Amino acid sequence: MKLGLVIDLDTCVGCHACAVACKQWNASGTSGPLTDYDPYGGEPSGVWFNRIRNYEVDTYPNNKTINTPMSCMHCEDAACVTVCPTGASYKREEDGIVLVDQDKCMGCNYCAWACPYGARELDRESGTMKKCTLCVDRIYDEELPEAERQPACVLTCPTHARFFGDFDDPDSAVSTMVRERGGYAMMPEVGYQPTNKYLPPRTKPVVETHAEKPPQSNAGGTEKPLSQIQRWIAQQLARQS
Amino acid sequence: MHPAISVICFTLLSGAGYGLLSLLCMDSSVGIGLELSAPRRNSLVLVSLVLVTVGLLCSTFHLANPKNAWRAFFRFRTSWLSREGVFAVLLYPVVLMWLFVVWGDDPAATGVPGRLLALLTLLLSMATLFSTGMIYACLKTIRQWNTALTPANYLLLGLMLGALILLVVSSAGSIGKIAPGLIVIAGSAKAIYFYWIGQPAGPTINSALGFTRATVRLLDVGHGTGNFLTDEFGYQVAQAKLMWLRVICLLCAFVLPLLLLSIAGTDSLPVNIVALVVAFGGVFVERWLFFAEARHVVNLYHGAQST
Repeated sequence: MKLGLVIDLDTCVGCHACAVACKQWNASGTSGPLTDYDPYGGEPSGVWFNRIRNYEVDTYPNNKTINTPMSCMHCEDAACVTVCPTGASYKREEDGIVLVDQDKCMGCNYCAWACPYGARELDRESGTMKKCTLCVDRIYDEELPEAERQPACVLTCPTHARFFGDFDDPDSAVSTMVRERGGYAMMPEVGYQPTNKYLPPRTKPVVETHAEKPPQSNAGGTEKPLSQIQRWIAQQLARQS
Repeated sequence: MHPAISVICFTLLSGAGYGLLSLLCMDSSVGIGLELSAPRRNSLVLVSLVLVTVGLLCSTFHLANPKNAWRAFFRFRTSWLSREGVFAVLLYPVVLMWLFVVWGDDPAATGVPGRLLALLTLLLSMATLFSTGMIYACLKTIRQWNTALTPANYLLLGLMLGALILLVVSSAGSIGKIAPGLIVIAGSAKAIYFYWIGQPAGPTINSALGFTRATVRLLDVGHGTGNFLTDEFGYQVAQAKLMWLRVICLLCAFVLPLLLLSIAGTDSLPVNIVALVVAFGGVFVERWLFFAEARHVVNLYHGAQST
């Protein structure tokens, strides 16, 4: 199995609900707590598994806002696991989930340096590295109804922009979606082969916009003589000062 | 990258220690003409061990959870950080055994066991220095580090500082030629490095987001105050300040020590001490710049580049 997420950049509205649901579930999950620093103070900060950033692609009138939720990509060639000196970071053979053993981590930050996606964050309180677990304590929990055995971010997404599934199965919903919509990996040139894929925005008909009128030109010699004199005076005055 | 003072002190002190130890071992194994007496050689080995040990202790201050530091020796097959730790720890019994065997013998009159142990110590200290460089050089996420020049710089600067320490203790023999030679080689490598990191390369905001056919600009980073990612990777210094620091680094680490040694000769103790102190200051600035100039690709997502 190769478990991972598909995120649809066409429908994501950047509401941060996935990040909040993630924090809510994982604060008491297997690698919790996700410590907050100064939560009610002037500069609240803390550990998150998922961060959403907003970009503008292309320029007016063809521009579009893109919201990009980013968490661990559960890379096939995960350098964060390779560089870990303690063996705290590991990639599960059975489903490809990358995890950190909180009892082994010595907090050297080396894995975070190796990650191009900013998926790993050090928890200053516990001194250990925290990262997305793909809700490993949810997806296999047989106490939950089968429909709820999915990561918290996927379940909560109000626009259904997030999907969870097995990429090794060519007929799974995620594999089909990636195939049909041209799903791609972010920053592929680093060579880590991320499992998570992003679906690009759909091509839509162009919405008519009212273009600005071009400024009137004076090059044709239609200018009135009086305004010519005015311009000449203005130029002379500008040179004086 | 955030320049952590613990890592700077570690690489600076341990680097100088391993460089000094390597030169002493070269002399005792194959003979490079240092003309040291046995007591001098012994005390220099102890000095190098003190430098190495203080450096290694500094490095533990970089760990957020040092109680698990002992686990760092168990991923030798994959992690350069683990390799560095293993080589550093293996060095101690070997170097102590070597000292025990050759304690009363002059370096020139060492027997075969002493020579073999010196060779082994040399290999281990060079391997440790190389591993330190590879910790940084193997990261594809930081273009300024991902080059063979990184381990070369760590090896050469360690040897250079070691040679300058040797010169203060004893200016007899070939060290008067080795030290200026190492300064020239290490300085050239660093100058090449500064030139090399100036070339634009690496991932862009377009490839980072997958929008390669249009311009991309950051609208909002999604966090109100700083977080781990901005603290660790967002460190940035004004370009003008970096250029000044580069000049200070090249002047103090290489140009001034070389000028001092070539004008005043290598026999004057005060000049040698000044050269050593100035070079240490220069290499400290070099290490600080090594981190401050490194730009992690995650900064692309935070608006480090717009098209």
